[in-house]
Amino acid sequence: MIKVQGLSKAYQVAKRSSGVKQAMKALFKREYKIVEALNDISFTIEPGEIVGYIGPNGAGKSTTIKVMSGILVPDHGTCTVMGYTPWKDRVNYVKHIGVVFGQRSQLWWDVPVMDSFDLLRDIYKVPEDEYRSTLALLTETLELEEILQMPVRQLSLGQRMRCEIAASLLHSPSVLFLDEPTIGLDAVSKIAVRRFIRRINEEKGVTIILTTHDMNDIEALANRIILIGKGKLLYDGSLSAIRNRFGTGKTITVVYSHHNERLQVEGAIVESWSPERAVLSVDTSQVVISEVLIRLSEQVELLDVTIDTLPIEDMIVQLYKEHQI
Amino acid sequence: MRLYGKYIAMLFKSQMQYRASFWLLTLGQFLVPFSVFAGLYFLFERFGQIRGWEFQEVALCFSIIHMSYALSECFARGFDSFSALVGNGDFDRVLVRPRSTVLQVLGSKFEFTRVGKLAQSLIVLGWAISQLVMDWSVLKVLVLLFMIASGVCIFTGIFILAATMCFWTVQGLEIANIFTDGGREMAQYPLNIYQKWVVRFFTFIIPFGCVNYLPLLYLLGKSTGNDLPYMLAPLAGIAFLVPCLLMWNHGVRHYRSTGS
Amino acid sequence: MKAYVSVFRLRLTNGMQYRTAALAGVATQFFWGFIIIMVFEAFYSGAATELPISLKQLITYVWLQQAFLAFVMLWFRDNELFQLITTGNIAYELCRPSGIYGLWFAKLLAQRLASALLRCFPILLVALFLPEPYRMPLPIDPAAFLLFLFALLFGLLMIVSLSMLMYISVFVTLSPAGSLLMFGVIGEFLAGMVIPVPLMPEWLQRIVYVLPFRWTADFPFRVYSGHITKEEALIGIGIQLVWLLVLVAVGKMAMAKALRNVVVNGG
Repeated sequence: MIKVQGLSKAYQVAKRSSGVKQAMKALFKREYKIVEALNDISFTIEPGEIVGYIGPNGAGKSTTIKVMSGILVPDHGTCTVMGYTPWKDRVNYVKHIGVVFGQRSQLWWDVPVMDSFDLLRDIYKVPEDEYRSTLALLTETLELEEILQMPVRQLSLGQRMRCEIAASLLHSPSVLFLDEPTIGLDAVSKIAVRRFIRRINEEKGVTIILTTHDMNDIEALANRIILIGKGKLLYDGSLSAIRNRFGTGKTITVVYSHHNERLQVEGAIVESWSPERAVLSVDTSQVVISEVLIRLSEQVELLDVTIDTLPIEDMIVQLYKEHQI
Repeated sequence: MRLYGKYIAMLFKSQMQYRASFWLLTLGQFLVPFSVFAGLYFLFERFGQIRGWEFQEVALCFSIIHMSYALSECFARGFDSFSALVGNGDFDRVLVRPRSTVLQVLGSKFEFTRVGKLAQSLIVLGWAISQLVMDWSVLKVLVLLFMIASGVCIFTGIFILAATMCFWTVQGLEIANIFTDGGREMAQYPLNIYQKWVVRFFTFIIPFGCVNYLPLLYLLGKSTGNDLPYMLAPLAGIAFLVPCLLMWNHGVRHYRSTGS
Repeated sequence: MKAYVSVFRLRLTNGMQYRTAALAGVATQFFWGFIIIMVFEAFYSGAATELPISLKQLITYVWLQQAFLAFVMLWFRDNELFQLITTGNIAYELCRPSGIYGLWFAKLLAQRLASALLRCFPILLVALFLPEPYRMPLPIDPAAFLLFLFALLFGLLMIVSLSMLMYISVFVTLSPAGSLLMFGVIGEFLAGMVIPVPLMPEWLQRIVYVLPFRWTADFPFRVYSGHITKEEALIGIGIQLVWLLVLVAVGKMAMAKALRNVVVNGG
């Protein structure tokens, strides 16, 4: 579906310096600094995948999305999406993709959402019957019924984002690029958006590339993540692989009937302790959880047990640290 | 073309959301060229004529250029205000849609309040024609329409050039006003009242002279020799658009390779 | 007083940063100047009757107008102030201990000064050395020049107080663009920006002379060229001062009234 090979892109950034003398000089000769936004990026994405594309700010996520959606031309490397090279033959290519920039709107501000949709139908030359059935499906799954006749400026951010996503799917694209689709949304809207993304992926088989800073998005949606930092590809693999790597550390919180002695459990470290409650950390590659629980129950009368994995956020932070980005 | 109509309808709806402000602005737009025209009237009241041109003739000249300007300000506003589109990154959106960039930028904005200006110049045109003793023919009407269309092309071309500059820098765009506002101001008088260098520049580089001065000579029966070159002079305005569009495409290419 | 000075200084340095824009502005104004002069040249070449102002004086008028455009243009928009008023952020300004009228006055004054300082010197310098007939002559004598400077300064203060009235009117209409465009267009015409006042018909001149607008542009320019004699100029400066006092008084009163309404409406 998508094949990216050795993609590189560097920007020239003009050095700006203060002072009149420097400014005069800059009129004639600018000094440039070269920033490598992408450095030899390669990956392949199969049809129907949802891929989380992550990395800290300024890592090159947006640049990659822009190259893949045909906005930017890279310096080196190749990229084919459904047999097209995005930056060549732009007009024919972009008919097959949908793009959502979470921080910008593609809807016309002062008119009802429906009017924006109608105009998009004309821009993408969607046949009338096809348009109607797609719109019906989108209206139903995104619960747009009530807001279609409202002007965009009156919508809440969550409602607007649902309309944005619907707008980029009106022409039934095979690939959908989502650039921070949940930014600024409240918890309820986030969940609604995620559920919808999941659903169009399952029902229509749309390939989805998603950038986000919210790891819950990744956890809820992406089976695979691609991590980039400073323009380089750092990790490409399944989320569970990361989990296996960093997720071996577990936290066990136990509540028990009054016990005045400090707990001692072989294979576990007691992080905190009180006569009613203790928090232990366990490395599951060293010791089996059930073993720890058995040893615990020998000492105290257990009332409640909670086992937590290291949050995915922390795993990603670990990963960033490992690559020093 | 159908899509362009859709864009217009959409933006008209948007502007109608703010009706009071729309009418006030339209009225204001009516008054701007009106004050210029009043100035013109007072000058002719004092001087009587300018290098042999009568007030009615200059009024005709004035109305044609102002009409072209109002039309291009209305329809090519997207290019005129393009720096905003590039500045906030919305040009990326244009690039992920399967239509030409020119059409989409044109469709991104319309300034319907310029109807005020248009109305003003229509009135002046009507008045000038009623005052002038001319024998009208179908051909002359066609040439008149051709002149207006050609003027729209030139102004739009300059807007496109200025917009193209935005791909490199947003500073100093004011310079384009020389050719839009300045060109309009200059071309409201017949070109031959100016110095040679101005005449040459505005005939061969930016062909405002071909839009109204040369064909005007034909309309008013002042042309000498063969009429055909005078009638076809407005073609230059349309030809002017070609290099502007080429520059635009070059600018888009630059944008896509630098992402600036 | 110190607050006004620092607002003034901040605005001035801020405005001075737009050098490239100023350069483009200078080029534009040069072009305009040339076009206008050529048009007048053409008009004058065929004039049969005696004219109320000589071509040389007119050329001076045009170049000064281009050089000091920022001083004489009524339509010099400050979007920041508009937004303050229409979005209700005016509440912040009301919290400040200094009077709003003074603060805004300083702001607008500094903005015009910054814009003019960047543009007037290159234009004047080149205009003084242009080949004939476009050259701008030197002032007829030092006294006239001094009077011109005073007239220009008071004219600037007058135009700021006039534009203050425009901003205050936005409190009432809340829709800046349309009404201000009209106000600006008519005001500039009456100030002699479209055609010089001496070339207007008699009846219109009589109207212009009783209104404040011409004192901001037409008057200082004609003092420079000597079209207005020194005695008349002195009296004129007196009249400017009276106008200034009246305009500021009216502005302050209107402002106080508008602000009371804002408070009553709850912002």
